[in-house]
Amino acid sequence: MLSILAVDDSPSIRQMVAFTLMGAGYNVIEAADGQEGLAKAREKTVDLVLTDQNMPVMDGFTLVKNLRGLPMYSSTPILILTTESSDEMKAKGKAAGATGWLVKPFDPVRLVEIIKKVIR
Amino acid sequence: MGEITNQGIQPGGIGIDLSQFFEVFFEEAYENLASYESLLLEMNLEEPDDEALNAIFRAAHSIKGGAATFGFVDVAELTHELETLLDLARRHELQLTTEMVDCLLASGDTLRAQLKRHQSGGTGQPTPIDHLVSDLRRLARAQAAVAGATDKTAGGATGGDRGSAAIAALGERVITIRVGPNEQGFDVKSLLDLFDEIPGMGKASLVTGERAASPEFSDLTVTTVSADSDLIDLFTFYVDRDKVTIMQCPAAPPQATAPEPDLGFGMFDDSPAPCQPPTAVATTTLAPTESVSAAITAKADKPAAAAESTTLRVSVEKIDQLINLVGELVITQAMLAQKAQALDANQHSGVVAGLTDLERNTRDLQDSVMGIRMIPMSFVFNRFPRMLRDLASKLDKKIELKTSGEATELDKGLIEKITDPLTHLVRNSVDHGIENPSDRIAAGKAPHGTITLSARHQGGSIVIEVRDDGRGLNRERILAKALEKGIPVPDNMPDQDVWQLIFAPGFSTADVVTDVSGRGVGMDVVKRNITSLGGTVELESALGQGTRVSVRLPLTLAIMDGMSVGVGGEVYILPLASVVETFQADQSKIKSLADQGKVVQVRDEYLPVCPLAKLFDVPYPAVETSRSIMVIVEAEGRRSALVVDELIGQHQVVVKNLEANYRKVDGISGATIMGDGRVGLILDISYLVS
Repeated sequence: MLSILAVDDSPSIRQMVAFTLMGAGYNVIEAADGQEGLAKAREKTVDLVLTDQNMPVMDGFTLVKNLRGLPMYSSTPILILTTESSDEMKAKGKAAGATGWLVKPFDPVRLVEIIKKVIR
Repeated sequence: MGEITNQGIQPGGIGIDLSQFFEVFFEEAYENLASYESLLLEMNLEEPDDEALNAIFRAAHSIKGGAATFGFVDVAELTHELETLLDLARRHELQLTTEMVDCLLASGDTLRAQLKRHQSGGTGQPTPIDHLVSDLRRLARAQAAVAGATDKTAGGATGGDRGSAAIAALGERVITIRVGPNEQGFDVKSLLDLFDEIPGMGKASLVTGERAASPEFSDLTVTTVSADSDLIDLFTFYVDRDKVTIMQCPAAPPQATAPEPDLGFGMFDDSPAPCQPPTAVATTTLAPTESVSAAITAKADKPAAAAESTTLRVSVEKIDQLINLVGELVITQAMLAQKAQALDANQHSGVVAGLTDLERNTRDLQDSVMGIRMIPMSFVFNRFPRMLRDLASKLDKKIELKTSGEATELDKGLIEKITDPLTHLVRNSVDHGIENPSDRIAAGKAPHGTITLSARHQGGSIVIEVRDDGRGLNRERILAKALEKGIPVPDNMPDQDVWQLIFAPGFSTADVVTDVSGRGVGMDVVKRNITSLGGTVELESALGQGTRVSVRLPLTLAIMDGMSVGVGGEVYILPLASVVETFQADQSKIKSLADQGKVVQVRDEYLPVCPLAKLFDVPYPAVETSRSIMVIVEAEGRRSALVVDELIGQHQVVVKNLEANYRKVDGISGATIMGDGRVGLILDISYLVS
């Protein structure tokens, strides 16, 4: 079973994402901020990372940068959940090494489609 | 679960019922609002703390994200404006002013109202937000113009740029295939020819120039609809399988000339940049024919990790039920223990030993469970910064709030009951205690008054203090007012007792009755509320310097340390906290006062005697003993000596509400079930001493 790490400081969004993805057959690991996400990613290697952008302690971009520094995550698909698709966000995302982005609010059904395309 | 629920126009599309997440969202939104508010109140506008600015922004941003996701459009709309303003502030493109903070706080109140409306079903009139929205926009624009920065609009999904590198048609993708290390004589062109020879494979080209891989490796850029496995199979005609690696590069964009519609998502990376080799070759993918809606079949009813990793949200009813059941367990265990006393310890050593263990386990369980309902005092203290800000501005005074012991815990039920009395005490301090700035300066004090709230544990109680450095209580004025009201005032009454006079009904020495707290209905109600919780309130004051109010409360209402006494064949329970001492009184020390019953001399004071048997109409023993057993109890600063027949013992008592199970009875504050199964009534000491 493929596993996904979902990082978001909003419990309701996390629950919704977890519920949706588990319903689609993935194993979901949750984290409330970048630091927790990094720790969990180290504990168990996941097949895709979905992370919010704005979080306390460690934000999404920093998390992505840190993940890319780990050998097992050098090419794992990482999607950033963002509230805008501006040039600035894209530049930051690219610089951090993310695979793609998804704008909030998103349709959970759509999320599953996109993940299927991206995950390996 | 497992069926496709068509939610119609609700967000979530087909298959997901988002309403199951609403409650969590509301809880989370209220928490975000609380932190938003307290950060705004603490903010130093001259030198704002960056971390605080970011945190306030995040709070609003988080509420917006959830509101938009779950379909609460009005909430999302208002928070969007807040977010815009706060984003400018955190980037230092805008300086927060008091006017902005006021507007932000008012918006917070409106948000709360909006959320409450949605939480209770979304019916009724929505709160109008137009004026707030226009105010927020005006504030954002004005400041941004002054700062000279361009107004950054936090565009939503519809604003901003178009997603450029989108995955094109489903299926066709651009990947990089790395081949190598190349053996001598290998010509990569042969692989390229494959694509020309086999129709439907796609297109391939060699990566050359500065992006080319090292001499040992060759990178091919392949545009194809074929699956990775097919490609690898193909290549193995010419190279070993382990020499072929499909690079996990994001898709390159088609050189789109027309702007792509914003799909709301996209891939980074415009070019097949140097990719990292994957650790594993692309293996199995999900069954491609699986339809999305069929996939939304919940494996379990709910995800296992329903909340954050270290806390769990549980409904209050469940907790109360748990506590009730544990209480019943304690009672049953006590009954068992008592029955076991009749057993021969030698014959039934196993049972006796087992019951001893049971008692220990039950006590541990009880302590543990009671701890669940304990909440830190910060829950109570948190309302005061905002309240003080509003009060201070209304009364034109400068007030600073200090708190300590916020982490001190108290039973949830008590927290709820203590909040109103405490609020009144604080209001009182602000209104009557703290002087206005000019008076303070004239008195040689700092222009701003300080109110200190503190909480600490002391023995089995919690002590909560409200201290101010205001004008203090005026002894003369209080005494004068007491005389005016006909309250008996002995000569040389000690200060402690003089201060207690202000708890008399209708007492208020306020010269001007303000609409804040002044009508004198306050203090006696405060005292009564605190007493009904089994607590006491004391005052200390120094004229010109300030006042301190100390409220002492038991840690919990549900369990009490009690002393059981026998009165004429009945058993009554006295709260141990109210018991001062017990003794056997000599008849010679008991004197009768005309009209007022008996008093007993204890050392150098006389205490009223309270014959419980008479009071409760208990059949009295025919022969009066020459030495009665007396228990001195204290409540509200007064003491009485209760006459009992025997002292039975001290133990923890599970308090049951008599009023809920029977009716309110004067003199009785509760009931419990004792070891022998009988009901023991818990005496209300303050009733007895008055």
